Amino acid sequence: MMVAPIELEIGEAIGAPVERKEDHKLLVGQAQWVDNMRVPGMAYMAVVRSPYAHARITRVDVAPALAHADVVAAYSAADLQEEWAGSLPCAWLPTEDTKAPPHLPLAADKARYVGDGVAVVVASSRAAAEDAAELVEVEYEPLPAIVDPEAALAEGAPLVHDELGTNRCYTWRLDAGEVDALFDEAEVIVRGRFRQNRLIPTAIEPRAVLVQPLPANGEFTMWSTTQVPHIARVTLSGVLGIPEAKLRVIAPDVGGGFGSKLNVYAEEALALGLARRLGRAIKWTEGRSEGYLATIHGRDQWQEIELAANADGKISAVRARVVAAMGAYLQLVTPGIPLLGAWLYAGAYDVQGYSFECTGVFTHTTPTDAYRGAGRPEATYAIERAVDALAAKLGKDPVEVRRLNFIREFPNAIAAGLTIDSGDYDAGLDLALGTAGYKELRTEQAERRAKGDPKRLGIGLSTYVEMCGLAPSKILGAIRYSAGGWDTATIRCLPTGTVQVLTGVSPHGQGHETTWSQIAADLLGYDVDEIEVLHGDTAVVPLGMDTYGSRSLAVGGVALYFAAERIVAKARLIAAHKLGVEPSQVDYVRGRFTGPEDSIALKDIALAAWTAHDLPDGVEPGLEASFVYDPPNFSWPSGAHLAVVEVDTETGNVEVLRYIAVDDVGTVVNPLIVDGQIHGGIAQGIAQALFEEAVYDDDGNLLTGNMVSYLVPSAPDLPSYELDRTETPSPTNPLGVKGVGETGAIASPAAVINAVCDALAADGVTDIQMPATPERVWRALEEAKR
Amino acid sequence: MIPAPFDYEVAESVEHAVELLGGREDAKLLAGGHSLLPVLRLRFARPALLVDIGRIEALSYVRDAGDRIAIGALTRHHDVVGAALLQEHCPLVPYAAGLIGDPQVRHRGTIGGSLAHGDPAGDLPAVLLALDGEVDVVGPEGTRTIAAAELFRGPFETALGPQEVMTEVRVPKLTGDHGWSYLKFRRRSMDWATVGVVAVVKGNGSIEEAAVGLVSMGATPLRARATEQALLAGESDPAALADDGTDPPSDTNGSAEYRRHLVRVLVRRALEEARPG
Repeated sequence: MMVAPIELEIGEAIGAPVERKEDHKLLVGQAQWVDNMRVPGMAYMAVVRSPYAHARITRVDVAPALAHADVVAAYSAADLQEEWAGSLPCAWLPTEDTKAPPHLPLAADKARYVGDGVAVVVASSRAAAEDAAELVEVEYEPLPAIVDPEAALAEGAPLVHDELGTNRCYTWRLDAGEVDALFDEAEVIVRGRFRQNRLIPTAIEPRAVLVQPLPANGEFTMWSTTQVPHIARVTLSGVLGIPEAKLRVIAPDVGGGFGSKLNVYAEEALALGLARRLGRAIKWTEGRSEGYLATIHGRDQWQEIELAANADGKISAVRARVVAAMGAYLQLVTPGIPLLGAWLYAGAYDVQGYSFECTGVFTHTTPTDAYRGAGRPEATYAIERAVDALAAKLGKDPVEVRRLNFIREFPNAIAAGLTIDSGDYDAGLDLALGTAGYKELRTEQAERRAKGDPKRLGIGLSTYVEMCGLAPSKILGAIRYSAGGWDTATIRCLPTGTVQVLTGVSPHGQGHETTWSQIAADLLGYDVDEIEVLHGDTAVVPLGMDTYGSRSLAVGGVALYFAAERIVAKARLIAAHKLGVEPSQVDYVRGRFTGPEDSIALKDIALAAWTAHDLPDGVEPGLEASFVYDPPNFSWPSGAHLAVVEVDTETGNVEVLRYIAVDDVGTVVNPLIVDGQIHGGIAQGIAQALFEEAVYDDDGNLLTGNMVSYLVPSAPDLPSYELDRTETPSPTNPLGVKGVGETGAIASPAAVINAVCDALAADGVTDIQMPATPERVWRALEEAKR
Repeated sequence: MIPAPFDYEVAESVEHAVELLGGREDAKLLAGGHSLLPVLRLRFARPALLVDIGRIEALSYVRDAGDRIAIGALTRHHDVVGAALLQEHCPLVPYAAGLIGDPQVRHRGTIGGSLAHGDPAGDLPAVLLALDGEVDVVGPEGTRTIAAAELFRGPFETALGPQEVMTEVRVPKLTGDHGWSYLKFRRRSMDWATVGVVAVVKGNGSIEEAAVGLVSMGATPLRARATEQALLAGESDPAALADDGTDPPSDTNGSAEYRRHLVRVLVRRALEEARPG
């Protein structure tokens, strides 16, 4: 029977710095990684990959590989053609005319990027599979390649997909307000053109997949290093023509993703197809350098932004134009990634006119897709760099210009068309400036300059707002995203005093088990250790939308709250029956029901519901409840980040001396985990600003194809972070949570580059392309001297 | 990545290693493995046989050898860093060794391996060159000594023959009249040098001897001879000549043009730091 929920109070477990339950098994080596798993009869797969960015494939001969003693099978693309019922999935085609060329797990006619799979080998060991992959003979006819997305739009550029007749994938527009008129009236206009460097996500665990078939039943179990087991099941059943109900996908322990595992990959489809064809288990593990070619990249955009303002610096309108590389094919959400920033090019600022246009372009490169922040770091970078340019043009302090423009009314219907739930942007900025000692820093900066110190000091701000939660579903539908924005939770109160929580969001390092335990323990009056959180297995949690876009807590965590309400509502009926009073006479506080005379614990109700010896009429046995939550709005974290850098004008070296981050992510469930998320995000943002860049040569060869040349920074390369926070709970959900997974990566590139440019402003430098390598800094200074 | 197939033998002694190297074409010595294993895993190198000398304990030592300090070729970087004799008599060597890679690399990598690998981006080759050190190698014909100036022939190419094993490295003892500096400019703490500069200067008031070694400025570690001569001649800006005779690479860490600029800045700073007294 349906019962009315009762609103629950939030207690002390929510907000407590509970140490992560996940860590012990990781530290003692008992985590379950796909690469460590063994099942009977398992064979290993290796993929033969194109060394050319663009080439006609004229011949594939697998016979020499088949002659290898340990080889089980070897196939060209043509050999496997009949395994595929459909293309690899792209779930977001932003316009009706978006071009989505076929994308099968192996390339048959043409290779379109270095790393494109052209054949596959199965052997009895991984080493033999890799040896035999080298024996496959492939003849290529190399063709000219194009790697820059703007160049790919030019007349006569080599085409990635000949049949399209163009490299343009789509153009998507958003216009609001009288933008042109506002620009005509503007007293000041500033323009910026920025490069979003291509990044390689570099999760600590490379990808791996293991498929075990049960041929007699036509069933398949796939263990995969994925962020999205549920989405993988839905989409791969379509690629393979396997009934969805016959496919079980398990994401065991997954070592990070940052978006790179928010995808459905050729190797997963290949492992399924080969397991079906050969009737035995198939495993594949990616090598690190292989992953740098075969796993999605992030960013790779050119941005142009214009601000219209009055002479005081009050901004009236923003115009932004983006050209974004798709890479050679569309992966799961490739075309939509730049659009996740489409509403944020005015940042935290109150404007009347807003125009955004994005063109997606095919290039002969590894496909791009979601990487931490996905669209929002790009937007934040453009507006925060442009606001600094406006301040410089007016000779004003960047703090002053920001304050002049902050949004201060909440909820706020922004010009771009969405509604910001809550925030207090001044509070965050005040805290950041106070922690930094902003005035003292400006004094030190001036002193260094006055005495001719070749090491300049720079101070950079990023006062960002971002949107996460990716919901409601009807808005996702309106922007042509194929899936919903809901998620699920189930609470099962077991008869002996412990609880199973099932969540549809699938963690890969974020600490959901701890955070969800805190929420359930708080609302239901259990100890955190009495809660077990189950996730990442479509047979255990059949419904879910998985983990990406900082959505887990803001959607899945809120679903858990509502499931708890249902548990309490049902338990109260039983409690009232036991206490011999009406349900309305029973109060509930954190695990205990209290009537006029007596009280009873929720744990005892769980046992009573299980024995079912004495339940009120019409009440089902068992104490279990589920909820599917579809949020009414995105959630909008915000904050103020401040970087202090030292720039050596002789060598061009940049050192981040201090990094202050004040974030408002709504209610904080676990401050340790939240701080950890912010630390990691800042590290990746500083990496984008100063270290990391995937560089292709003109022929489409990846010059940064390993961790020697692709510069992921480590602890000695980064400062200690000074964190603080403000908390304005989101009014759109009962927990008040917003999301924290990406804020650090969204805010920090702009803060760092603003600081670098601030350091060199007196030297005449106005911009430096990311990453601000020592050579780029040196060249900018040389250029400014001319 | 998994290396291509190879055979593997453990050498019990230097003589045994020499014998094993002679038994097969395309055999390679394996010591700490921190140069060789990465290229094996990327299949850039495909030796038929690896001769593992990592267990020859007699090759790990730091000894006083009169006017020099002798270092066994299998001494790990970590042990070089901590060697009291080197700290006292030639602190440049442990300082530079302490900047190699990261702690894991320094606990496995060896001084002999670093020198025999002949990487122009390596730290220790330029240090040995600037110190005018020398190495002993043992081959089928016995032992011979190779001066640092003769050791490095090209990128990843040294004067060692295919059947020779490096056994000892010797560096001079520095005196109170010596000053030294090693500036390693790199993007990340664990990286190879974009450019590195070693300066060793002797003098009491005026400069009597000057040696400047360069990392990553050509096909081999180099000496900045023009700078050294300008320094001895008392010229005003010897660092401006630091890139004379160099042929720096261009890669994603910096163009040749940038490296030429950088080496002049770093040589100036290194000479300031190394100035004795």
